[in-house]
Amino acid sequence: MTFKKSLLAVAALGAVLAMPLSAQAHRGWLLPSFTNLSGDSAWVTFDAAVSNELFHPDHVAMRTDGVQVLAPDGAIDKIQNASTGKYRSTFDVQLSKPGTYKIFTAGGSVMASYTENGEVKRFRGSAEDFAKQVPAGAADLKVIKSANRNETFVTRDKPTTESLKPTGKGLELVPVTHPTDVIATEPATFKFVIDGKPAADLEVTFAPGGHRWRASPGEIKVKTGPDGAVKFTLPEAGMYWVNASVRSGANARGGPPGAPQQGAVQALPGNGENASYTAVIEAQRP
Amino acid sequence: MKRSISLLTFAGAAVGAAPALAADLNVTVEIPRMTVAEYHKPYVAIWIEGADASAAGTLAVWYDADNREDKGAKWLKDMRQWWRKAGREMSFPVDGVSGATRAPGPQKLVFAGSKGALKALKPGQYNLVVEAAREVGGHEAVRVPFVWGKAGKPASAKGATELGAVTVSVK
Repeated sequence: MTFKKSLLAVAALGAVLAMPLSAQAHRGWLLPSFTNLSGDSAWVTFDAAVSNELFHPDHVAMRTDGVQVLAPDGAIDKIQNASTGKYRSTFDVQLSKPGTYKIFTAGGSVMASYTENGEVKRFRGSAEDFAKQVPAGAADLKVIKSANRNETFVTRDKPTTESLKPTGKGLELVPVTHPTDVIATEPATFKFVIDGKPAADLEVTFAPGGHRWRASPGEIKVKTGPDGAVKFTLPEAGMYWVNASVRSGANARGGPPGAPQQGAVQALPGNGENASYTAVIEAQRP
Repeated sequence: MKRSISLLTFAGAAVGAAPALAADLNVTVEIPRMTVAEYHKPYVAIWIEGADASAAGTLAVWYDADNREDKGAKWLKDMRQWWRKAGREMSFPVDGVSGATRAPGPQKLVFAGSKGALKALKPGQYNLVVEAAREVGGHEAVRVPFVWGKAGKPASAKGATELGAVTVSVK
């Protein structure tokens, strides 16, 4: 037990020491070969990875089984030729329709605690399972929801916005400037919504690719206004990693789903919500 | 001849209040000769830019329209300023606009004021933009100002890499 405690202390210390780095560590991305294409035989190939440096696959491949495609008309399309290597996955999307495609992963989970027959119970799983497994009106119910989204956009011919409609779940980007129409050195605006409502005072990070050849990461951080809008100007052409996250209310670290609980089951300290958003966009040459 | 004159007169009458624009746009574009290992003739868009930097019409697009795969449309996006402002709104090929790529040397072009984009162009100050993109090469756009609505002296500008001199006159 003492040994375990000291291990924990070391781990905690390690976490503290790692803090300044953690902001730029393990970033997931879906990187398209082109964001603007013309002609009816257009295909785009993608790299998908989780890395420290942008956009160099230096950590682990992103799995492709959760990658979804929304066609310009809002129909569900598919990735093709998927392959996963040690450090990155690749796949293709055929742009058979004109307009903007959204390629994304989206997930969420629910953590909850409640009391049943005087005993504290914990739940961790999907929103669907939560609705099924946790009794409605459970006593002392506390819920921490989390949602994450990672996406990119490619446009064949003229940009469209049907596939970019927010789902109302988690943190999402709403185009003011179309995400495939961002031009280096020209001002652009995105809007962010959390559960469909403006995400005010949200810090949004724009991190340029090509990190390996720069002395500093060159990140740009901008905050959204009360309407959730963020105005930004990307200085140079290239691919950028866009990220924002919100954390509100209580926060509790839970074990992986299905892991046996050790010791007494603890109730969550309160309700809370975590949401993160990531996108890869191109700043085109003027 | 008599027939075309009467047609022109009729066209002039139909325009009504607009000033008679019998003028044509004369353009010379020099495609530079290059000594490179792999040379492809450039894809070129020749278009009109208004005072607010929006596109006011497309005069010519030179590309690989005979390409078997997708009729050369894949390369249209590479004239990227034109593509963003005008090209992506159009459906190719376009009669009187689509054309084959051209060889190095001066290319003399006459765009009739009675046809295409010029027919609807309101008198005023514009830029003629020649935008070139070469496979395995560079991209360059050259802008030459002109006034539409009256005859003017030729104006010209010179590209640095992908284009030579571009001369424009309203005659």
